[in-house]
This record gives sequence, C-alpha cells and structure tokens, in this order.
Amino acid sequence: MTDMASLMEDRAAAKVISDKMQKPVDWDNPKIARNIKKRYAAERRFKMYGLSAIGIALLVLCVLAGSIGSKGYTAFFQTFVQLEIHFDPAVIDPDGTGDPAVIGRANFDGLVKRALQEKFPDVTARRDKRNLYGIVSGGASYDLRERVLENPSLIGQTRKVWLISGDDFDMLNKGYIDADVDESNRRLNDQEIGWYNTLVSEGVVEKHFHSRFFTSGDSREPELAGIWGAAVGSFYTLLVTLTLSFPIGVLAAIYLEEFAPKNRFTAIVEVNINNLAAVPSIVFGLLGLEVYLNVMHLPRSAPVVGGLTLALMTLPTIIIASRAAIKAVPPSIRQAALGLGASPVQTVTHHVLPLAMPGILTGTIIGMAQALGETAPLLMIGMVAFIVDVPGGALDPATVLPVQIYLWADSPERAFVEKTSAAIMVLLAFLVLMNGFAVYLRKKFERKW
Amino acid sequence: MKKTLAVAALMSVAFAGAAQARDQIRIVGSSTVFPFATAVAEEFGKTTSFKTPVIESTGSGGGLKLFCSGVGEQHPDITNASRRIKKSEVETCAKNGVAEVTEVKIGFDGIVLSNSNASDQIDLTKEQIFLALAKIVPSKDGKSLVDNFYSTWSEIDPSLPNVKIEVLGPPPTSGTRDAFTELVLEEACESFPVIADLEKSNKDKFKAVCAGVREDGGYVEAGENDNLIVQKLEANKDAFGIFGFSFLDQNGDKLQGSLISGVAPTFEAISDGSYPVSRSLYFYVKNAHVGTIPGIQEYLSEFTAEKAWGDEGYLADRGLIPMSAAEREAVRNAAANLAPLSM
Repeated sequence: MTDMASLMEDRAAAKVISDKMQKPVDWDNPKIARNIKKRYAAERRFKMYGLSAIGIALLVLCVLAGSIGSKGYTAFFQTFVQLEIHFDPAVIDPDGTGDPAVIGRANFDGLVKRALQEKFPDVTARRDKRNLYGIVSGGASYDLRERVLENPSLIGQTRKVWLISGDDFDMLNKGYIDADVDESNRRLNDQEIGWYNTLVSEGVVEKHFHSRFFTSGDSREPELAGIWGAAVGSFYTLLVTLTLSFPIGVLAAIYLEEFAPKNRFTAIVEVNINNLAAVPSIVFGLLGLEVYLNVMHLPRSAPVVGGLTLALMTLPTIIIASRAAIKAVPPSIRQAALGLGASPVQTVTHHVLPLAMPGILTGTIIGMAQALGETAPLLMIGMVAFIVDVPGGALDPATVLPVQIYLWADSPERAFVEKTSAAIMVLLAFLVLMNGFAVYLRKKFERKW
Repeated sequence: MKKTLAVAALMSVAFAGAAQARDQIRIVGSSTVFPFATAVAEEFGKTTSFKTPVIESTGSGGGLKLFCSGVGEQHPDITNASRRIKKSEVETCAKNGVAEVTEVKIGFDGIVLSNSNASDQIDLTKEQIFLALAKIVPSKDGKSLVDNFYSTWSEIDPSLPNVKIEVLGPPPTSGTRDAFTELVLEEACESFPVIADLEKSNKDKFKAVCAGVREDGGYVEAGENDNLIVQKLEANKDAFGIFGFSFLDQNGDKLQGSLISGVAPTFEAISDGSYPVSRSLYFYVKNAHVGTIPGIQEYLSEFTAEKAWGDEGYLADRGLIPMSAAEREAVRNAAANLAPLSM
C-alpha cells in the first residue's frame, strides 16, 4: 500500500509543478530580475575563482622559474682569460722524446704561471703571486696538456690561448662581487681588481659558452664542476628502476585485474599496495640499506642499489596506474575476444594490454619522474657523496641530479650558487622531456572506440 | 626481437666492469670537514695514478658508526669528524675488529655569530649570548630560574642595540650546533651563581638548563644549509646567524662577524686561539685497510703536505684554520707511521 501512497504523492507534486509551469514567468517582476542577476553574478564569480586559481599557479611558476633562471643562466657561460703561452720545450719535453707519457707529466701549471708573471712583471711578493695565479683556474693546466697531447707540434711555439679563469674572477666578471665595498670585506683585494681592470682594458677577458659544465663530473672548484657525472648516475639508476619495476608492476596489475579471484587475500594485497604508495621515501632507503647493503653486500653508492631501492618506491605507483588503465578497457572487447575463441592469455596480451598501454606508460613515466627527483632514500645507501669520476656502469660509485643540487647548494663558494640554479634547470629540463615523452606515447598508442 | 636485444645491450653496458675488489678509497663523516676532504681528494685524484676517493657527508656521529662497523672492503677506510672520537666509539670499534685507528688532527674551525654589514657590528660576551638564546635563564635578581624573558638585545645590556633577538642557527643534529652548545652555552652557564649551584644539587637539570635553547622564536632553526642562513641575513638586517667561519670568509662583502669578548673572528685570531669559539677537526684512518685498499698512505701524505694544510695551502683558501708549524710536523710524522690511537 505504501507504493500506492507514494505514487499519489508524486502525482500531487507533479501537478503543483505543472500548475506553476502553466503560468508564464513574469520576467519584469523585480524579485525575479534580482534572482536572475544574482545567478549570473554567481556564475561570473565562480569563473573568476577558477581563473584566479590558474593565475596564481602560473604566477608562482613564473616566479620560481624566473628566480632560478635569472640566477642560473650565467652558469652556462664562463669567464676566460687570453694569455700568451710559450710552449717551452725545456718544460714540456726536455729530451725531445715526443713520448706522450713524458708530455703528460710535464708541469703545465708552470707555463701558466710564467705567462701570468710576464703579463704582470712587477708582482714579486709571495702572497701577491699566489693571488695573481688565482686569475687562472687550476684546471687550465689540464686543458693545456690535452691541447699539446693532441697536437705535439705546438711544442716550441708561442700561442695566444684562452684559459679558464678562477671562480673569484669569474664572479667579479659576472658582477656578483661588489668592487665598491671596503677592501677587507671582499674576496678580491684592490690589487686583484686592478689586474682585472687591466686585463679587461686589453680586451683579453671574455665570456664563452661553458661546455665543461655539461661534460665533466663534480669538482670542488666551481669553474671545473659539471653536471655530467650526476646525469649519467641518474641514467643508470633509472635504467635499473625501470627494468625492474615496469615488468613486475604491469604483471602484478594484470594478475590482480584480470585473473585474481576476488577474495579476502586479494583485498588485503590491494589495501597494502595503496598503503605502500603513501609510505615516505626515506623508509624505502632504510629498507634498501638493510637488505641490499647489509644482507646482500652490494656495493655502496652504486646506481644498481639506488635503482633497486627506487624500484620499490615506484612499484605501487605503476601498479595503481596500470590497474586503472586495464580497468578502463571496455568489457565488450574482452567478451568479443573470448567469444571468438581466444584464450584468456591471448585476450589479455592481444587486446587488453595494447589498449591499456597508453595509461600504463603514462603512469610509469610519472613514477620514473618521481624517482628522478628523489634524494631521501639515496642518503641511506651512500649516494649523497662527492664523486669526481663519471660512472662507467651501474656498479661504479655515482650520485644523481637532485643530490648534486643538494651538495652544491651546501657549498660555501659563492660561484656554486649559480651552479645550483643551473643544475635545477637541467633537472627540470629532464622532467619536461620525460613528461613530453609520456604525452607523445599516449598520443601514439591512443585508440578511440 | 630488436627491442629485447637493445635492452640486453643496455644492461650489459650498465653492468660492465662488475665485481672486482675495491680500488678506491671510501671516506664518510662530518659535513664540516667535507669541503676540505673533497678538495684534498680531488687534488689527490688528479696528481696521482689512484682513483679519486668517494666521500660521503654523513655527519661526525654517523660517520664513526659506519667506520666502526667492521673491517673489510664494504666498510669505509676513513671517517672525518668535527669532534674527537669518544671513548665509547673506540670501544665499539674494537668490539667489531677495528683495533688500530690512526687519528689525524687537521686544523681548526671557528664558529661565528654574524649579521648583515648594513647593521652595526656588536661585541658580545658568552654570558650575553647565553642570556639571549637559552631556554631558561636566571631571573632579574639572579636568585631563581625563569623562562627566557629577554626579547631585545638592549634588555640584556643597554649598550647593545635595541632590536629584537632573532638568531638563525643549525638544528640539534648538526655538529656546528653541538660545538656551539659546548663552547658557548655550557661554558657561560657556569658563571651564573644560581645555575652553578644547581650543578651540585641536581646534575640532570643543570645539564638541561645549560644546553637548552629557547623555542619561542628568538632562536630559529634554519636547517643544515649554511648558505640559506647567509641569504636570510642579507634580507633581514636585524637577524644574526650562527655558522662555520668558511661561510663568513666567502661572504665578507655582505656579512660581518660579531666580536666575542672583544675578539673578531678573523683567520689569525682563530689560528692563535684568541677567538674563543673554535674547535679542532679530525679524520680517522683504519690501519687494517692500509695496504689492502690502494692509496690510503698517499692520501694521508697529500692531506698532511704543506701545500694542502699549510699556512698558505689550498685548504686555508677554503677556510680551514691551520695548526702551528710544530704541531703540523708532529701530526704529519704520527700519520706517516700510522701510530695507533690510544685512549
């Protein structure tokens, strides 16, 4: 009987509405006009809120990118000083052997120092001489050695050579050192600034593109430090992470989504996967330290351990994204395949997986991007370290891009400030590239039905 | 098929040169010694045929823990420390088979209290710093202990500027903070009679009062990053910062060190010991690894060479305060002979 009663009620309500409907709306009624005005205003306000949210996000992004960019772009250029170097055979190869081993051991630093002495012959005091040699970086002698080893005919000649300058002079040339403050309060004294002005007036100070920044490993000399070692370390680490977490993650997702029975056990597994995705990354670092280093005795600071640890962290992300992608494949596709006689494995590998691939790949790349920016778990396994040599494999000691940023940010030398910002730009460029790749893959594999 | 091959090729590249004995020195330890050790390591790698050592910045305590965990190539060879090894740590070492350890003192580091040079330079005593930063201080009449009630410097002493007390400094996990607590706060607190009395009656409370730093905004924990403190001091003229001397040395055009008991934190004053807030820096070598891991002895001689740690060496350029020539000579000989530490 209650059904009957509710039906009657509905009818009554419908009648009231239709009665109202029959009466034409009095648009001139001030009450209705006000109401309409209010609704339009609410509409506009809502749009404004949305727009201002986007505006604030863009503004913050611009401020961030602007501050990093304006501080960091100078790191891509380096001050060079042109000096007249006499490639003295008595210093480089006294016996005229032409043996690269002999040339390699020669005192090229002495050649640079001699050239500086000739430029400023009136500098004699020991302390002043030391300051004078600071104009040119300690790394300049290695450049000279390379040059001579490449072209032994240079020996005996006098050439004008652009040499990389020391970090303090680089900072002065880039305008980061204020020459007007009291002498005792700056890194360079009046005499050194005098030398700089002389060199500038002779036109032998120039800023060149700093290719070394992209080709060398870390260094304690800011002008010699480069990002390449960390970039290679990041590459090996992510390679290990990807080769491990992608197959395992996708297989786990397929099993859970397509084959697993729905029972208490799978429910527990599911809850745990979701929980793992929210575990702080440092916990995975502790796990990596205990399992990979203390039990399995894998080498410390190696990308393989970093990769294994980050794979643990990335797995839940990949599984969750893959399951969502597999779930989004319409059931009709599966039913059609099964109906035409395909086995469940064929259904999955031939039909479901290709269709879910764009989503799976997007999830994977987001997981990898997250792993690329991670430092906390790597602290525990010794990848936060000063490593000069560019790693040659996944078992060599290495560091990664975000760790390099952290280490440079913590260095006292003023010139590392711009290096830090430049390294952040490189990391951001990598992230943009990876995300761009994700978008490309999605577009490529996407199918409409 | 092509893809599988490509992946296989990539993996074999990644794992090439695997599984061989370690031929590279591994160093862990203090973040204060880190800039000096890395400079030596780089020079060592460039001028010798050995590989450049790998140096991790783990903090003094963490470094000694790793160092003392055993002998063998999976354990580090050297640890840096911004304080001396403790007796308990020597015992842990011995228990794990690390019996012989060589101690190398490398020089001094000053801890400075500094502000933007757009403000006035001030002269403080350790007692005044204690009153400004401690959590619990003696009351006005000096008879009881109360929560820190000083909010401006001039309340402590009328000759000090009338600005709010705001000091940025390292968190308790930092070695710099440990040293600052030990060298300034703990030393100053004994000079207040009411706290000194406490030492006899209630030792635990005495310790807590001496090492307690205020948490009401007067002292701001600015993280381990000293560069961040430098940037904040530039922006805020009234604030002071606590950090290692090398950061003041690098930023002399923006910051000035405050005088402590009338002595300015200069290279010379820290070196001759007249600047009161300085500490010794060390590193420790595992003797059992010398001869097994190539290059340890050569690394020692590079570190203890005059061109590195001497008065005009490259470490002095980076802010390390050298020891006297006689002390350097003594430490160099001890290091060359790998004289084991005894405590």
